[in-house]
Amino acid sequence: MKVARPEADVQEEIYLVAILKGMGITFKHFLANAFNMRRMPTVEYPEKQKQFPAGYRGKHRLTKREDGSVRCVACYMCATACPAECIHIVAEDVGDNTVEKRPARFDIDLLECVFCGMCVEACPVDAIRMDSGIYSITDFARKNFVVTKEQLMATKPQGMPE
Amino acid sequence: MTGNLPLDLLITVLRSILLVAVLLGLAPVLIVMERKVSAFMQDRPGPNRAAIAGVFRLGGIAYVLASAIKLFTKENFTPSEANKFYYYLAPAISVAVGLTTGAVIPFADTLIFGDHHVPMQVLPINAGLLWFFAIASLGVYGIIFGGWASNNKYALLGAVRSSAQLISYEIPMGMSVIGILMLFQTLQLNEIARAQGGLATFFGLFPLGVHVGPAYIGIPNWGIFLQPVAFIIFLVASFAETNRTPFDLAESESELVAGFHTEYGGMKFAMFLFAEYMGMIVASSVMATLFLGGWQVPFLDTAALQTLSLPLVRIGLGVTIALLALIAIALFRFAASQKGRFGDARDYEGQVLGSVFTVLAAVVALAFFLALGLQTMPAWGGVAFAAFAQFTAYFVKMFLLASTFIWVRWTLPRFRYDQLMNLGWKVFLPVALANIAVTGLVILAINGHH
Repeated sequence: MKVARPEADVQEEIYLVAILKGMGITFKHFLANAFNMRRMPTVEYPEKQKQFPAGYRGKHRLTKREDGSVRCVACYMCATACPAECIHIVAEDVGDNTVEKRPARFDIDLLECVFCGMCVEACPVDAIRMDSGIYSITDFARKNFVVTKEQLMATKPQGMPE
Repeated sequence: MTGNLPLDLLITVLRSILLVAVLLGLAPVLIVMERKVSAFMQDRPGPNRAAIAGVFRLGGIAYVLASAIKLFTKENFTPSEANKFYYYLAPAISVAVGLTTGAVIPFADTLIFGDHHVPMQVLPINAGLLWFFAIASLGVYGIIFGGWASNNKYALLGAVRSSAQLISYEIPMGMSVIGILMLFQTLQLNEIARAQGGLATFFGLFPLGVHVGPAYIGIPNWGIFLQPVAFIIFLVASFAETNRTPFDLAESESELVAGFHTEYGGMKFAMFLFAEYMGMIVASSVMATLFLGGWQVPFLDTAALQTLSLPLVRIGLGVTIALLALIAIALFRFAASQKGRFGDARDYEGQVLGSVFTVLAAVVALAFFLALGLQTMPAWGGVAFAAFAQFTAYFVKMFLLASTFIWVRWTLPRFRYDQLMNLGWKVFLPVALANIAVTGLVILAINGHH
C-alpha cells in the first residue's frame, strides 16, 4: 500500500508561521490549565484512587464457605496452572468426610505473580478470585509480599457480588 | 569611576553580587517554571506534593530545594577510564562561562550622583558585545571536554554534534548583530541600550510617534523594530547556542541517553544544568539589550524617569498594592478550593501565604501614603527610582525572553541533524548576509554623503 505524504505548504516550508501556530496551541493549554486546574484529567493519587471495572484482576483473595471455613480443597489446580509458579500449597486432611483436603498453607508470592488470572480460571470450586480491586501492592520488605492463607481470606471483594 | 579606590572596589563587588544573584537566583526559578509550565502545557498538574516544613508547596519550588539537597549529597563518582582532569574541568568551564558572559550586561543607565558616575555593568568595557561572543564561544569546551573525558560513546557523540552545532550557529549569530552595530556604531552594550531610547523614525524621515511632555508615545527606537530579521536570526541561534530544544542535539535524550552529560551525576551534573539556565538568562539579557531596548522603560528615558519620579512612584506603588491584593485574594480562593485535599498542614498553605501577601499589601499601602505626603522628590530619590525602574524593565524583558525558551522547548520537537545544519548554513547565513547588505544600503541612502 502506498501512503501519500502530504506536501509541506508554504507556511510549513518557512517554519515561522507554523511554529507560531504551535506555540499558540501550547499557550492556550497553559492558560486554560493555569486558570482552571480541575480541567486536567490527572487523578490525584493517592488521595483519590481510581475504581476499576468489574473483571479487573487485582490482588487475590480466597473465598469462604457459609460457615467461614476456606472453600479451597487443596487440589493444586491453581498451582499447576500458574505460569509464574508463585502459588505454594501445603494440603492437610480435614478429618470428616465432607471434603477430603484443605490447605494448611496457601502462600502467593506477589512479586512472582504476573496477574494472568489462570489460577482463577483453573479453580474447580471458585475458591480463588482476583476481585479485591487492590491494584497498588506496596511494602518495604520482600518477605511481606508473600501473602498467607489468612491474609488472602481476610481480603474483601470490591463492589462486586460474591 | 569615582577615583576613590576602596569605594570603586566596593561598587564593583556590589555589581558583581547583583549579577551573580540574578544568574544564580533566577536559574532555580526557571527550573521550576520548566517543570510547571511543561506540565500545564501537557494538561497535567506537575510537581505539587513536596512541602517545606510540611506547609509550603510554593507551586513546586519545594521540589527544586529537594533536588538541590539530593544533588549535593550524591556520591562524587568518576567513571572508569575517564580522563579525571578534563572530566572535572568540564562542568567548571560551563559554569564559569555562564557567569562571566553576563558581566557586560547593563542593568540600568549609568548612575550619576554629583560627579560620581557608576556604570551598572559589572564590566563596562567598550568591547562588550565582543566579550559576550568571545566568552560564550568558550562554552563549547565544557561540552567537548565533558563528552570526551567521560569515556562513553554517547557522551562523545553528543559532544561532537554539539561542537559542530555551536560553531555553525555562531556565524549567523555574529552576522545578525552587525546590522545593529552599523546602526548604533558601538559595541558597548550600555551605549546600545541608551541609543534605543526615544522614538524610532521612518527611515530617518519622520518620527513614528509624538512627544508628550518629558515622555514620548509611539514606536520606540528598539532594535527589534529596526532589525526584525536580525532579531529572529539571533533568537533562533540563541536556542542553538544554549543547546535548547529544538536544537538540543548535544543532549537528545531519546537518542543519546543524555548526550554529553551521560556520565555526570550529583553536583557535577547540577553544574551543567545551572550552566544551561545561566546561558539562557545571559542570551535573553543580550537579546533584550540588543533588540528590546535593554533597560529602557518604554516611553520614558532616564531624564523623564527622574523628573517624573514622584508621580511614577505613586502610580507604581498603587499598582503594586493592587497586584499584591489580587494575589492575596487568588491565594485565599485557592485555599478554599483546596479544602481538605491532603488532610494535613498543606491544606492551609493558601491561607498562610494569602495572609503574608495581605500584610505586604498593607506595608506597601503605608509607603504609598508616605509617597502621597511627599512634596518633592530628593535628587538621590529620582536617581535611585530611575535605576530601579530601569532594572525592572530589563528584568521583565529578560524574563519574558527566558520564558520563551521554555515555551518553545515544550512546543517543538527536536530538529534532525541535517535539518539543523541546512537551516544554519543554507538559510540563516545567507539571510544574515543579505540583512547586512540591505541595512548598509539603507543607511547609505539616508545619510548619502557619509
